Parts: sequence; C-alpha cells; structure tokens
Amino acid sequence: MNQWKNFSKGFIKESPTFVLLLGMCPTLGVTSSAANGLGMGLATTFVLAMSNWVVSLVKSQIPDKIRIPSYIVIIATFVTVVELTMQAYLPGLFKSLGLFIPLIVVNCIVLGRAEAFASKNPPLSSLIDGLGMGLGFSFALTLLGSIRELLGSGKIFNITLYSENYVMLLFVLAPGAFIVLGYLIALINRIKKA
Amino acid sequence: MNYLMIIIAAVLVNNIVLMQFLGICPFLGVSKRISTAVGMGGAVAFVLVLATLVTYLVQKLVLDPFHIGYLQTIAFILIIAALVQLVEIILKKASPALYQALGIFLPLITTNCAILGVAILTIQKEFNLMEGIVFAFSNAVGFALALVLFAGIREHLDLQNVPNGLKGTPIALITAGILAMAFMGFSGLV
Repeated sequence: MNQWKNFSKGFIKESPTFVLLLGMCPTLGVTSSAANGLGMGLATTFVLAMSNWVVSLVKSQIPDKIRIPSYIVIIATFVTVVELTMQAYLPGLFKSLGLFIPLIVVNCIVLGRAEAFASKNPPLSSLIDGLGMGLGFSFALTLLGSIRELLGSGKIFNITLYSENYVMLLFVLAPGAFIVLGYLIALINRIKKA
Repeated sequence: MNYLMIIIAAVLVNNIVLMQFLGICPFLGVSKRISTAVGMGGAVAFVLVLATLVTYLVQKLVLDPFHIGYLQTIAFILIIAALVQLVEIILKKASPALYQALGIFLPLITTNCAILGVAILTIQKEFNLMEGIVFAFSNAVGFALALVLFAGIREHLDLQNVPNGLKGTPIALITAGILAMAFMGFSGLV
C-alpha cells in the first residue's frame, strides 16, 4: 500500500472530524483557542500512533474474544504517559485541557483505528496510519480553534489581529463551537462534491 | 441546600452536553427520535450512577491508600467497561423488559465520555459519597434533558426545507449551538 496515501488520507478525504464525525467531544470542548486545539491534537496523535503500533505488534498474541479490553488497556497506558508528561512539562496546557486529557481514552478515533486498521495491518503501516489520522485530527482542531479564537477574541495563537472592540465573544463560548463546526462541515461537504 | 446547588448546577448551569461537551457522540447519534432519546437517557442514568459509585469506592479504598493515583485512568475505564458488561448480563436475566428497553444502548455507553468524565470530576471536586451520587444523577438528568429537547427539535427539523449543503450533521450542529445559547441564559443561577 502506498504509504503516502496511507498518511495523507486523514487530512480531508477520511478526516476523522469532518467526514467520519469521530471524537466530537474534544473537538468541541478544547478548541476555544488555536493553541489548545493544537496541543490536544498532538497529544491524541501520540496516543494514536503509539497504540496503533503496539496493537499491530501484539495482534497475533491477543485472543479474539478479549481484544477490545486489551486494546483499551494499551490505549489507557499511553494516555497515562501523556497525562503525566504534560503535567510535568506543560502545566499551563494541562490545566486548560483539563478533563479532556484522560478522556482521550474514550476518543472513538483511537479505538476505531486500532480495531479497523492496526488489527489487520503490519506495524509500520499502522504507525503511519496513526500518525496521519492524528495529524489530520490536529489539523481539524487547529483550524476550528483558529476560527473561534479569531472571531471570539480577535487573535490567532495569541497574536492580536484586530481590536477587541469588534469581537463576538459568543464564538469562544460553548455555542460557538457547535455553530463553527456545523458550517465547517457544510463547507467540507461542498468541497468534496465539487 | 448544598444538594440543591449541585443539582441546579449540573442540570442547567453546567449542562454536561451543551456546556461541557461530554457525551456528544450519543447526543448527535441517537437524537433522531424522542423515544430513542428517552431510552438512551435512561440507560445513561443507570450506568452513570452505578459507575460513579463504584469508581468512587475504588479510588478511596484502593487507589488512595496504596498511593497509586496515577493508575486512575486505566482503572476507571476498565471498571466502566466491566460494569457495562455486567449490567447487560444481569438485566438480561433479571428484567427482560428493562433489557428490551435499554438493551441496544448499553454497549454504546462504554465509549460515552460522559461516564468516565463524571467519574473523574466527582473525584476532582472532592465530593463525599452522597454528594457524588447526587452529582452523577443530576448530570444524567441534564444529559437526558438535552437529548430529549434536541430530539424534539430534530423531529420538527425533518419536515423543514433545509438548504442542501446544510442537510444532516451541519444543521444538527447549528441547532445544538442555538440550544446551547438558550442554556447560557441559566448561567447566573448559581
């Protein structure tokens, strides 16, 4: 299988966020700024790539009946690694992402890729698939975060682009998340049809 | 008074779906009919209270005394997954009627982040056991409320003429946004 295609499908064609609609909770929950979106995306990418790789390595050892619980333990292990590392080195980001870091465990993208891809493919392809899907997810989160931050506070990555007198605070609050994502999906549907 | 505050805060002010974005997958997935929304709400309430109770006890009796708090994520998700299986098996035997009503929703609940989220929040907020259970139950009520309201709107939306590009998920998300705006009106309550 063409590894480049395998890597790049996560961005638009099989984008977990815009097309498959997986992992909606962190997508909506942490994207109040571009930096939060990127941080969450990269944390998920690490978990996704590593758990895909390990699942693919041990797939022949795991009896079929208990494969899902085994995958969950593997995933939870890497989530704990991310959680403790981030708490130690990036306490600011850890605090603003809060509850959503342990919740990577129940992100359907991670378990979905382990079950749909890693359990059937060799380790290298699985690692690349995990990286691609994860970066596609990061891309979607950063895009959503940038739009919300721009509309809601006039900044992107904390760089002020216009005065705070013209911002619509609504977009960094909860309703803005739903509305921006709704219009983004409509736009992606339109691009895919054309 | 304390309990009342917890209930109002969890059901209306910090609604778990619309304000905290937990359990969005079932919120978007099973909200096409009011009847399925009610079923899902019931199943979540049942598992949420049970899971919070068990994870709370495990945290206080096992993780804390042995200083292995860093295993929280792994321990909780395994407990929840096992618990959902157990509830399914017991319900099938003990109450076939209830199983019929909740059955198809139970497997979906393991990956519902509201369950793990509330279990962790209960520990983080340092509630005692009774407060934790009240907190879990009111979150379940908040979840069911959002789900049923949203399903009601979507039933009506089916009959409307929606622009082509917005059909399906986009209009559902925008509707949810407006519903979230309505819930923001409660933010001064507590």
